[in-house]
Amino acid sequence: MIVETGHFALVLALALALAQAILPFVGARLRDVSLMRVARPVAVAQFLLVATAYGALTYAHVVSDFSLVNVIENSHSLKPMIYKISGVWGNHEGSMLLWVLVLSSCGAAIALLSRAMPDVLRADTLAVQGLMGAAFLAFILLTSNPFARVADPPWQGRDLNPILQDPGLAIHPPLLYLGYVGFSIVFSFAAAALIGGRIDAAWARFVRPWTLAAWIFLTLGIAMGSYWAYYTLGWGGFWFWDPVENASLMPWLAGTALLHCAAVMEKREALKVWTIFLSILAFSLSLLGTFLVRSGVLTSVHAFASDPQRGVFILAILVAFIGGALALFAFRASALPTGGLFAPISREGALVVNNLLLTVACATVVIGTLYPLALEALTGDKISVGAPFFDTVLIPIALPLVLLMPIGQMLAWKRGDLLAALQRLRAAFAAGVVALAAFGALYGAPALSIVSAGLAVYLVIGAFTDIAQRAAQGNALARLRGLPLSAWGTSIAHAGMGLSLLGLAATGWGVEQIVAMKPGVAQEVGPYQVTIEDIASRAGPNYAETYAVMALRKGGETIARIEPAKRFYQARRMARTEAGIVTLGLGQVYAALGEQHEDGTLDARLYYKPLVLLIWLGAVVMALGGGLSLADRRLRIGVASRARTAAQPQAAE
Amino acid sequence: MTRKGKRLALISGALAVLAIAVGLVLFALRDNIVFFYSPAELAQKRVAPGTRLRIGGLVKEGSVQRGDDRNVAFTVTDRTADLSVTYKGLLPDLFREGQGVVVDGTLGADGAFRADSVLAKHDERYMPREVADSLKKQGVWQGEGTKK
Repeated sequence: MIVETGHFALVLALALALAQAILPFVGARLRDVSLMRVARPVAVAQFLLVATAYGALTYAHVVSDFSLVNVIENSHSLKPMIYKISGVWGNHEGSMLLWVLVLSSCGAAIALLSRAMPDVLRADTLAVQGLMGAAFLAFILLTSNPFARVADPPWQGRDLNPILQDPGLAIHPPLLYLGYVGFSIVFSFAAAALIGGRIDAAWARFVRPWTLAAWIFLTLGIAMGSYWAYYTLGWGGFWFWDPVENASLMPWLAGTALLHCAAVMEKREALKVWTIFLSILAFSLSLLGTFLVRSGVLTSVHAFASDPQRGVFILAILVAFIGGALALFAFRASALPTGGLFAPISREGALVVNNLLLTVACATVVIGTLYPLALEALTGDKISVGAPFFDTVLIPIALPLVLLMPIGQMLAWKRGDLLAALQRLRAAFAAGVVALAAFGALYGAPALSIVSAGLAVYLVIGAFTDIAQRAAQGNALARLRGLPLSAWGTSIAHAGMGLSLLGLAATGWGVEQIVAMKPGVAQEVGPYQVTIEDIASRAGPNYAETYAVMALRKGGETIARIEPAKRFYQARRMARTEAGIVTLGLGQVYAALGEQHEDGTLDARLYYKPLVLLIWLGAVVMALGGGLSLADRRLRIGVASRARTAAQPQAAE
Repeated sequence: MTRKGKRLALISGALAVLAIAVGLVLFALRDNIVFFYSPAELAQKRVAPGTRLRIGGLVKEGSVQRGDDRNVAFTVTDRTADLSVTYKGLLPDLFREGQGVVVDGTLGADGAFRADSVLAKHDERYMPREVADSLKKQGVWQGEGTKK
């Protein structure tokens, strides 16, 4: 009964989404306020209905209702509760339902937090949001119904793919979807601005908090996914340039660019058309990512099942929305009032350079991801474009960007003084050079790691130089308190980027070895010694595992014990490596088991990874910076109209 | 700077960055892409020894030989042609005879393939798409969901 309620709620949600797409739009054209105001309650109701459907599917998974195809194929009664709940999105149908849930929650959020917004803008925005909801709800109901039943329910399910049974996966997809789909809000705003032909600084003030929120979730989602890959795939890699990973990186790069150019539009009323374009681009790339992952064009952990019908349906949605938005852009962008031009040496100019580098980086990722698909479709040749391609192309773009980040932060709006900015950054440059020399003396090679580490230190120091110099002018505490939160946000986010870069640079100094270990015989890994003390077996809830107890010593003293294991999941007859990881400061020792031989030796990967945690901590710090900016009174969602009249303290003079 | 000058500076700057990026992409695409073949396709093409390749197929039953020091030799087959592969390292959890596999590495002058990475399928239902495609091409595909 609960399951049928969920299915019914989903159908009702589709009907409401269609109403949300049509009525407010018509109202906005007829200037009929009552029609336009239909949008808000409908958007909230649509969200509640999708939430009901989602709750029903979760219920079916929790109680192991094996009359549902979805539950049979992805659940098992012995599976721990957390994976019963996260298993809802560990499959194609459920993850699409989560996608739509997030999409409708975005609509509800606009509806609830847009009191200050003009009626026409709100109506058009929610109409576009409703249209997207309708398209994806139709996709679910027609091709991927999660509520499909079987006539003859089996006693047991087939269990969730073991590599997805992990706490990291419980959080990664929801975060990523909040980011991906969060950009739909910005997309809808852009489409509404184009339809209405009105765009001003207030528009940018409405859009920026949503962009920021989506960007924060996307940053955290990508970091979480990368950490998950690092510790579950059992060989210590954290980024594979897999098309599915690229699918999340593309909207992140576009979103980061958007975040910065929306600032220009808000402060200086310039770059309007470009801001609109990036708003469309960020979500279009999210849609492209959804298509790549969900259509079965690619094979990876993320592609649950391939069904050509689904692929064609998603492709149609993709073409309709991206094509529609770009066509709208082509016809209407020229009608938008253009902003003024500005001096190249200024904060605006620096942000243009930022946008240029970020969009070029984004374009190269798009090319690297789509080129193999295009080539195969055209010539039948199969190629793979991997890390060497992306390293060659992105490093020469990323390193100059890092070099310019603190300089841009130092330039004032309207007219900057490059020489003065460089002089103010003396301490940061000096710190970078000292770090470069220190890392060079300590490790000697590789050159790229040393240069990157030097740049990373320069970036972290440079990010806070402005704030530090303000604090130094007299009453430090009062001055720091007087700074807008968004200034702190910028500095912290930039510093986070620096920390991630330092973590990435340090990958060049780790030790990665595959060794045959004899129990009781110590094995060197970096500055540590690892000894196998015991090898044994035990049973988990839905798996059996063989594990090794390894002692980690330094100078004869035992620091930690780790238990890397090989797990075997009965339901799917599948093995999975469970890495043993010790965190020592910011570095980690990583052990993963291989095969055991008859003479008692055990193959194992033993890695020593200095500073590796910084890669992900940096991302968390970036998100924290974003959060601070979001908390800034002037940027808070819904206060755009009040902020317009309030005094505008400049971030840097 | 005049309005025209500003616009010119902006556009020429953008073009310069773009030109550099295009150059990098072309350079990287020429040097860093790896072709994917099945053993049968490899037999047809004349590939110079030392070229980096990805080969996909099934691990031939009974072909896996484990040597000392984590050296492994096995045969990758698409039921039409075979290719012997040597590898030193840890095999993935899902590496099994009769199952799909993708190997990355270089072709030696003796016609044997030296792999530096071995990827196995992710789960029981999964087969690398390239392998499925080439098996279909060779006519030995046994339909969706066929299990060994």
